Formats: sequence, structure tokens, C-alpha cells
Amino acid sequence: MNEGSKIVTRRKFLQHSASAFAFGAAALALSATKAEELKPVDDPMRVPGVLPRPYGARSPFEKQTRLGGAGPGAPHGWGANAPNNYNSLTPLQDLQGIVTPSSLHFERHHNGVPQIDPSRHRLLLHGLVNQPTIFTLDDVKRLPSVSRLTFLECGGNSWDGWRSDAGDFTVQETHGLMSTSEWTGVKLSTLLEAVGVQRDATWMLAEGSDAAGLDRSVPLTDDVVQEAIICYGQNGEALRPEQGYPLRLLLPGYEGNINVKWLRRLKLGAAPFMTRWETAKYTDLMPDGKAYQFSLVMEAKSVITSPSGQQEIHPGFHEIRGLAWSGRGRVAKAEVSVDGGRTWQLAHLQDPILPKCHTRFRLPWRWNGQEAILQSRCTDETGYVQPTRQELVKVRGTNSIYHYNAIQSWRVERDGRVRNIYA
Amino acid sequence: MDEYGTSMRKSLLIGIGTLAIAIAWVWTAGSAEESGGSYGLGRRATDEEIRAWNIDVLPTGEGLPPGQGTVKQGAQVFATKCAACHGPTGTEGPKDRLVGGQNTLATSKPIKTIGSYWPYATTLYDFINRAMPFNAPGSLNSDEIYSVIAWLLFQNGIVKEDAVIDARTLPKIQLPNRNGFIPDPRPDVR
Repeated sequence: MNEGSKIVTRRKFLQHSASAFAFGAAALALSATKAEELKPVDDPMRVPGVLPRPYGARSPFEKQTRLGGAGPGAPHGWGANAPNNYNSLTPLQDLQGIVTPSSLHFERHHNGVPQIDPSRHRLLLHGLVNQPTIFTLDDVKRLPSVSRLTFLECGGNSWDGWRSDAGDFTVQETHGLMSTSEWTGVKLSTLLEAVGVQRDATWMLAEGSDAAGLDRSVPLTDDVVQEAIICYGQNGEALRPEQGYPLRLLLPGYEGNINVKWLRRLKLGAAPFMTRWETAKYTDLMPDGKAYQFSLVMEAKSVITSPSGQQEIHPGFHEIRGLAWSGRGRVAKAEVSVDGGRTWQLAHLQDPILPKCHTRFRLPWRWNGQEAILQSRCTDETGYVQPTRQELVKVRGTNSIYHYNAIQSWRVERDGRVRNIYA
Repeated sequence: MDEYGTSMRKSLLIGIGTLAIAIAWVWTAGSAEESGGSYGLGRRATDEEIRAWNIDVLPTGEGLPPGQGTVKQGAQVFATKCAACHGPTGTEGPKDRLVGGQNTLATSKPIKTIGSYWPYATTLYDFINRAMPFNAPGSLNSDEIYSVIAWLLFQNGIVKEDAVIDARTLPKIQLPNRNGFIPDPRPDVR
């Protein structure tokens, strides 16, 4: 509303000028303030276009949205289901390249998104440090900064894959709890240097200032100390509230939950703190009744985003497009099969191929109208090969909820409809 | 720490070594421009400020506040503050089931509750204090929290009906699934 009224004020000023051009342009600016009501003109070359706007928005013709979710087995969507939603999924089938627009970044929060005044936000570092310190957001922003493109994937992404039956899902439903952004902030090592780490400090509690007060223990391994970032920037602007505004922890390659949002406290200790999130949740129950704990790395995975679930294709040329990634480093190769894994072809990897980041792959394909089963398989730079569902389930059973990274299968039926299957 | 902590420590030895090197490196690099590696940003936190924020509770019991609670008091707290989401006996839902499920973890339908899955009783304090009840987190006092923990442990058959839960007794309670967790062995699928 403020933006609109400012424009009107300027328009009044312009109307006082004698210029007919300024008058006409102002009239167009009025329509620009109601972008959602924009109508296509018959010939855009015959009508002056709209003027610049303070904050941009996509074309009103673009309708892709996140999809609400309420956990394994629960229906997806907004509408009547909305009050039950505690996550939202990224529309991977509609996205290009590797960067997720901030407005479409997946969400998972544990008691809503807090509304935080950045001038009142503080970060406390304490525990096994020489100088317990409180930083304002301005302090954090003045420290030496870094930017990095990394993927962020919920530990529970693709959890429906553990179900015994393959639901008729889109790729947004099967893989939408992941996104990629360019993150900017201060390296954890810079902050640790500033406060002085004591010898016994091997773990760090990270705590958010949301209504869940979400707390996770972070092992201070070499990877973590070298790579962790306390972020305030996302894709060039401030973090979105859903992504932790004004501060979040970023641990490249680690499950989403430990990338604590709305970060208010880092406490160094000599042992894991054993919070609810790393004991009762985010542990992987195995068939023998034991559970993996601190299973933080998101292992290599890939998915074809087009053609994908519930799409309809026609015979002829298609570019098979997908994403590959690994929490252990770079993608070494992505292979594609159109015959359910009998034969594989090397897909083209699009630069940049960055460590712990989504990598776009593509392969030209001509569909002949016969049934086809499309799969992709990621190998990362450690030599780890993405497993089949059968291989994964053989080791882990079907009750572990988290860290499902099996090869995804899409069956193209003879009528062109694409369907999620287990192959 | 316990066996688990020890083994985690072993697995972290390399990490610690590297941490030391990393910090030494940063320290050296920083000292060229900034004395002692300090950027002169941030300010020392006072003990009072740390106390106000330092709400986590460890398996050792560190962080547990004064106060105490009984099963009987806990039944009342649970009925008024918790039952709407977790059911009258902690088994009905609609939200997380809290009671029962022991000996189901290795079956095709595991039921994960405090009694069947949680490894540490102290985690109950840490979590309830910060996050429950869902619609009013942080609204329970320490007596209420100790009480509701007492009731939940009683319902799960872990303490007797006359148990008194406080900062001294809670860390001593061994939950049934205390040894049910193993450090991440992945990559485990070949």
C-alpha cells in the first residue's frame, strides 16, 4: 500500500508538468501497481509498456507455487488441508537451472515462522569459549563475509519412497523438500576465532529463536569448522523469514533440520547435547530396532525433473532434465536410463559443478510412443553411487523415515502420461 | 561421557585435530591485521545474560533448574495442558504418541514413544520447557514440567507412582532404549 501511495504522489507531481509523455507514463504506472490485473495487449509493439516498479514480481502468467505438506502419508495441498501443513515443497518440475527463487524455497518449520525485528535480534556465543560474546546483526554483517551456492535438503525429503506402494506423485511431491540458494554470511571459523575456542570443545549447540526453540548439536569436525556459515543473505537479499531471518546456520551437505534458522545461540560443549530433534526425531530406525544417530550427511542423489510424475508428453523430441547432488562433494557423473536401468547413458552436466550443490544434467531423447521407464543415477566425487530402491531397502528396511536417496523411476505410459513407480 | 560419547569422541579425534589446526591457522592469519584475531566486534556477555538464555539441559543433568514434581500433580498438568493433542493417556493422539510401544522397534509397525524410543529422560525437560505446550511454549513452570515428566515416565512403566522428579533424580533415570542408537555408519549401501 505504501508503495502504491508513493507512486500516486509522484504521479501528481508529474501531472503538474506540461509533458504529455509524463502524463501518459503516469497512467501506465497506475496499472503497474496492479500487476495481477495486467492484461496482455494485442500487439506489445504498439502500446508503451509499464514503468519500473520498486520491487519486482514475476509475470502474472506464471503460476508455479509451493505445495503444502503435512508429513508422510498425509495429503498434500493448501485449501482445507492448510491448517495441518508444516512444510511446503518446491515446484522442481517448473524450475530451470539450479537456483531456487527465494519465494519458492521449500519450508519446514516446527512451530511457525517467527516475525523477528532485526534490530532486537542477538547472537550469543558461549560455553567452552574464552570470551562469551553477544553479537548484534550489524556486528555479524561487519565481519569478513563469504558467499556460497549450496543445496539444502530436508532429512525427510522423499520419505514417501519408504512406503510399500508408489503413490501417483509429482516430482514436487517426491523431491520438493530441497532447494538451492546462494547463501551469504560469516564463516563459523571467523566467529570461533573472535571468541576463542577452548581445547575440550568438540560439539556445538545451535538454537533458534522460534516458538519451537529448535536446538541441535553440531559436531565440530573439520568439514563443519571449515564450511559452516552464519548466514544473513539468500540469493542477494536478506534471508526470507521462512529461511531464518535474520540469521541462520548453514552446514553445507547436512540435513536441513540442523541448519538452524532464526539462530540466537551457539554453545560449545564437550559432548552432544542429545536434544529431542537428534534422538526422538531425525534418527534412522533400522530393521533390527537400532537407529542411526547423527546421520547428518545427505548422500548422493538425483532426480529427473522433466518428464516427471503426472506430466503428459507426446512422441518426438524431449530434453530429459534433472538435478544431481551430493552432501559429500561434487557430482562426478549423472547417468540416465530410459529402460528401467538395463542400459545407462552419460548425461551432460551443466557448469558450474559445485561441491554440495545442485548440478543440472540434461540428455536429448526421442520418445517413440512405447512404454519407457526413466531413471537417473548420481555418482559423486567420493565414488559413491546412488543406490536402487531395492538395494536401499535391503539394508535399511522401510521404517527409517529419513535419508531416502534411491534412484527415482518415472514410467512413461503409452498414452504419454508419466507416473511414479518402483522399478 | 558414556560408551557412546567415547566412541563419538574417537571418531571425532581427527576432527578435533583439524579444528585445532584450523583455529591456529585462522589465528595466525588474523594476527597480521588484528591483534589476537579479534575484530573488535560484539561485546562480552554478562553472566546474567547467559543465565537468561542458557536453557538447554544435558544428559548429565546440567541445566536442570530447582523445583520438583510428582506423578499425581503431573496427571493434572497433562489433562489440562497436553491431553488435547496427545490424548487422555498419551496414546490416542492426534499428535505424537508418548506412551507405550515398547518392544515394537524391530517390527513392521514400530511405535516410537518416550518409553520405547527416547534415550534420555533429561531431553524431556529440555524439550517441554522450550517447546510445549504447542500453543503456549515456555508457559509451564519448573514444578509443572517435572510433574508432567513424572506422569509420562509413570505411564510408560519407568518410575513408580510415588516417584518425585527433580534435578537430582531425573538424570539418574535410565530409559529402556538408552542403548538403541549407533553412530552413523553410512555409506552403508553398496
